[in-house]
Order: sequence, then C-alpha cells, then structure tokens
Amino acid sequence: MLARDEDILKAAEDWRRDGKGVALATVVETWGSAPRPVGSNLVIDEEGNFLGSVSGGCVEGAVVTEAIDVIESGKSKMLEFGVADETAWKVGLSCGGTIRVLVEKVD
Amino acid sequence: MDLKILSTLNAERASRRAAIVVTNPDTSAQRLVKGEDVGRDPIADVLRARLRSGKSGMEETPEGRVFLTVYVPPPRLVAIGAVHISQALAPMAKMLGYDVTVVDPRTAFATSERFPDVPVIAEWPDVALPPLGIDRYTAFVALTHDPKIDDPALLHAFAKECFYIGALGSRKTHGRRLERLKGQGASDDDLARIHAPIGLNIGAISPPEIAVSIMAEITGALRQERVAARQEKVA
Repeated sequence: MLARDEDILKAAEDWRRDGKGVALATVVETWGSAPRPVGSNLVIDEEGNFLGSVSGGCVEGAVVTEAIDVIESGKSKMLEFGVADETAWKVGLSCGGTIRVLVEKVD
Repeated sequence: MDLKILSTLNAERASRRAAIVVTNPDTSAQRLVKGEDVGRDPIADVLRARLRSGKSGMEETPEGRVFLTVYVPPPRLVAIGAVHISQALAPMAKMLGYDVTVVDPRTAFATSERFPDVPVIAEWPDVALPPLGIDRYTAFVALTHDPKIDDPALLHAFAKECFYIGALGSRKTHGRRLERLKGQGASDDDLARIHAPIGLNIGAISPPEIAVSIMAEITGALRQERVAARQEKVA
C-alpha cells in the first residue's frame, strides 16, 4: 500500500514520540517537469528509515543523507536538484526538471 | 518543525479539517493556521486563495517571502448501494487515496464480509448521510438502481457541493430519474451536475471495469484544472 500524506505526517509524529531523531523534507519549488508536486513530504529518522517521496525515487537517497545531518545539527537545509549529470555521478532528476527541497528537524 | 505544530496538524487532518503551515524559508520560523482561523490571520487573503486551490507554494506577502504548505482533507467517496460494482469500486478508490463509505439500507447487501476494509452503514440515506458531513472534497455515487434509495441520497448530495455526483442507469432510466427529482424540488443546475450514465465511456462490461470507468471520471473531476490546462495546450 502506498503511503498517504496523513500517514507520512503521522509517522513523523509517532517516530519523534518514540524518541527517535526525525526530519521532514518538503518539496518547496519545482521547475519544468517534476515528478512530485510542491508540498509533497518525505519523513526520515536518524537511522535512515523513510516514508513518502519528494521525487520519483531519483533523489530520495541524497535527501536521506542530508536529513541525517539535519537531525544531528538541528539546522534546516534547502537542497536543490537538477538534471542528472551522468559524468559526475551526481544524483539528479532524469526527467529534466529542477526541484528545491526544504529539510527541517522535527523537535 | 515543532512537534506541537505537527501533532495539531495531524489532529486537524484526522478530523478532515484543512490547515496551512506558514514557513519563512530564510529564518525557518513557522506557524500553523487552522482552516477555521484563516480569516483572523494577517495574510488572510493569501491563505484563503491557497485553501481554495489546495496548492502549496511560495508567496510574496507583507511579512516577506513565505512557503505555504496547504493541507486539505483527502478526497472521500460515498457510495450508495452495497452492490457488486461497489465491491470493486471501494478497494480501487482506497488505493487512489480516498476515504470510502458505503451506505445501503438492505442488510443482506450491507455486510462487512462483502466490504472487509471500508465502513458500511446499513441505514436509509436520510439517517446515514447527515452525520457523514459530506463536503466539497466528497465524490458521491448512487449505484442501487432503486429510486427509493438513490433519489433521496442524490437530493442530499446536491445540497453539499460534492465535487462529483454520479448515478448508475441507462439514458432512459436517467431520464425518468430527472423527472422524479425535479418533482421533488431539484433545480436544473442540480440535475445537470449528475454524471449519468455514470463513468467514462470505455465500453466497460464487468463490475471491475465499470469501477475503473467511474474512478477515471472521478479523477478527471478532481483534477479538472489539470485536464483543462492540457486541453488548452493541445488546442
């Protein structure tokens, strides 16, 4: 079963109440063809478990890594992902769009 | 995000109430505005427009650039008739993210064995529907083929601004239904809102195929802005 938006936010609350470090990622801007609309959420815990999505699976790995930093430092981050750069092994969106993702700690 | 904001947001979502999270992207300052409190907020006009569209996004406001995450209730499907089509429709709608309720006063039909995963109310529409709080985030389908059950249910749906209203039946059956509903006070605007025969015309035969055609039509109604934008592009 796919996670619904309510399930994602509920998981964020439950994980935090269980004493885990938790971060919430939100798509705040998109340009061109973007797989998930503005407002889409992804919740991540300190061990890298996650629920929801901010892209079609292209950049979740990178967002999870950054989220673990955010959980440690407590400082929000704004991430931007563009077209995948094949030669540089950088993650990106193969669909050709650009997205900006806000990652914040749940505290 | 503050845990208090998050848990208030979750409580509002669980009660099918809209809410907006206002975030300053530069300072990370954040507040939650409940749907009912939007009118009292300093940026009420902006928030009202966002609630109507249901879309999240950046906005320039007198208090600076803010990001608005808009949470409107998930769409809901109310099906009148615990019939064969509903048995296929209910799980399909659930998979598409709808909260589903089935209403049928005939207790032989309205059983949890036939509908294992959704609430089934074995009551007449006049008893079952008012407490459901049917709203503009609700798709409403009348599937019993029985005027005693479908007609009063449709009259209730007209009054509640459902984003989709559909009714099962051939053109001929629907013609007779329009006559009856008119006789019971339905306006021409109300009657024009009924999608009947229900569903997109894809030549569906089996109940699951009919359910696909209904869910496709409901999806089109839910996403009508996108549908219109695409048609404009083609034209």
